[in-house]
Amino acid sequence: MFDKTLEFLLRRRGRRRLHVTDILTYVYLALGVLMMFGPVLWLVMSSFKTQAGLVEFPPRFFPYSQQQAEVEGYDKPLPLFEVAMPDGSTRVMAQARRIGIISQMVDPENPSEKIRVRFEDRRPIRELSFAWENYVTPLQQFNFLRYLWNSVLVTTVATFVTLVINSMAAYGLSKYEFRGRTSILIFIIGTLMIPISVILVPVYLVVTKLGMVNSLWGVILPGAATPTGVFLLRQYMLTIPDELLDAARMDRASEWQIYWRIIVPLSLPAIAVLAIFSIMWRWNEFLWPLVVLTRTEVYTLQVGLNAFQGELQVQWHYVLAMTVVTLLPITFVFAFLQKFITTGIASTGMK
Amino acid sequence: MVTKIAKAGPSVEDESRVEGLLQLPWNCSMRALELPMRALQRLIGPHRMPYVFVLPNLLFFGTFVIIPLFINFYYSFTGGTELFPEVRPYVGTEQYEILMDCEDHTDPFSCREDRFWRGLYNTAFFVTFQVLAMVLISLVTALVLNRRIVARGFFRSVFFYPVLLSPVVVALIWKWILQREGLLNALITGSGGEKILFLVEPGWAMFWVICVSIWAHMGFYTLILLAGLQSIPKDLYEAAEMDGTTRWRTFWRITMPLLWPTMLVVLVLSLIKSVQTFDEVFVLTGGGPGTATQLIVQYIYDTGFASQVQNFGLAAAASMILGVILLILTLIQMRIGSGRAKM
Repeated sequence: MFDKTLEFLLRRRGRRRLHVTDILTYVYLALGVLMMFGPVLWLVMSSFKTQAGLVEFPPRFFPYSQQQAEVEGYDKPLPLFEVAMPDGSTRVMAQARRIGIISQMVDPENPSEKIRVRFEDRRPIRELSFAWENYVTPLQQFNFLRYLWNSVLVTTVATFVTLVINSMAAYGLSKYEFRGRTSILIFIIGTLMIPISVILVPVYLVVTKLGMVNSLWGVILPGAATPTGVFLLRQYMLTIPDELLDAARMDRASEWQIYWRIIVPLSLPAIAVLAIFSIMWRWNEFLWPLVVLTRTEVYTLQVGLNAFQGELQVQWHYVLAMTVVTLLPITFVFAFLQKFITTGIASTGMK
Repeated sequence: MVTKIAKAGPSVEDESRVEGLLQLPWNCSMRALELPMRALQRLIGPHRMPYVFVLPNLLFFGTFVIIPLFINFYYSFTGGTELFPEVRPYVGTEQYEILMDCEDHTDPFSCREDRFWRGLYNTAFFVTFQVLAMVLISLVTALVLNRRIVARGFFRSVFFYPVLLSPVVVALIWKWILQREGLLNALITGSGGEKILFLVEPGWAMFWVICVSIWAHMGFYTLILLAGLQSIPKDLYEAAEMDGTTRWRTFWRITMPLLWPTMLVVLVLSLIKSVQTFDEVFVLTGGGPGTATQLIVQYIYDTGFASQVQNFGLAAAASMILGVILLILTLIQMRIGSGRAKM
């Protein structure tokens, strides 16, 4: 069985003998999987641990927590331990109280029976348990649903606006000859390399003048016209034959109809690539929302998460759970569209 | 590069998914615009329609990029704490003089704005090591992925996955691993070492800031390099094999020269991105300990928005300097780009 598996794993395209570099290749790839997925997996596992489980050192991979039992005569559930008895046998007992290195244990079945054992003679009984309350509590208490909603809103509206205005501009710049076309193109490509960090202060001023500070529009609009988007779509639209447009004009289609009934459907592959980019950019955007949004009710998920981890530095169990919530949507999108995303990016060479 | 989409394009199935998601609001709004647009076309004539198509985009560019660029320039010559430029006093080059005021330019602590100079030096250090290490790792990974391996698509995605994660998430994942009682310290003590305060000791903090940003971005460059490797004609390798050329020689004589244009693009692209780094570092270390990992963009953000007195003028002057640095890098890229087009 093992041999078969190994044979399958080491099987290669072509029928040459296995070379030592092939083994090195797979070792490298295995390490890569560990390095890339490991930290994320560790985060997910940690997010299910209780507060007590998180401070445990050295940490365990799976979320364990101590078993507890209701014992008659005690208000709270008591932690269960495996106690080594003097005669060498072991018994499952609950700890009633602990004084220094001596623990007072009771039998959960028979609460009147109490014995004292030394601290090192008892071992906690653990079970695999997922602390879902890490997720539930912050989602109710800290407005995370609000942040999530804001992020979804920003991402979808911004992507929509980006697609509409960029495809319109790309159409105008690829299918018409008009005065000023070249200068507009140079102008757009010239802005390609101006990041928001260089014009942070004046864009903030513009947004303030427009009354969009602390509004989601202040996050959505400044980045809506992306030079990369115009450039990408234009290059694609240039390949669409002009005869199609002329034929449509013969049939008395208006220029607008040509745009959305002919050009847009034909450029869908490029538009889809831009859509994916826009979703990625917007969902992960941080510096600009951090500047524009100062009231918690308009925070996006990224800004909210940052503020949350700043406030609650000690409450890692909530922070970790909310980090998982933040990374889930993009992970799902990636899982379904990974081939599309990687080929799209490889073919356009931009981010 | 862009025109390759059609060839290497996404599958029909994936397309239809994206399509379905976007189609409804799109169709509704487009159809609603049909009548007004027809009226407009009748009014101004079809030959002026391209201006209508380009206008919305230009409005956005103008409002949020071009006008701010000019305001930024003006801002850097004004003082005070007011936001609106009309009430800000003109101070000439004072902000630049403040930034440049140093007894010894090689020693940030002798400068009046020592945090600015720390930012510059930290950024230079960060960029040098991050870019070199990242391009090297990406190259090795791309070469490995380019071999005849099973499940190449899967492995390619594995290396790409962190690129999609938001910087805040990336920083928190690593903060959790690097903290005092974290996974890494558990591994170290497990093998008999001492706990290390990774984010408290300046040297370690910088080391991890570089590592984390490589972790987060290498997949992107790997992908571009892989595309470059796959565009090298296979018959060259077959010919080399027939001649009995060693693998090492094949690599240096065929792979590297043909991959070099892609390498240059990757180098410059990662350089430009690297100079602008802010998010991951801000969340991971907050620029600390002290100013050990505070980069130039964080200086701009702190000066303009996060400090008690919002010094917009100084932030604008610092961002002008950052802009000049980026402009130089972009010009280098354009030179390389035009050189590449000729090849």
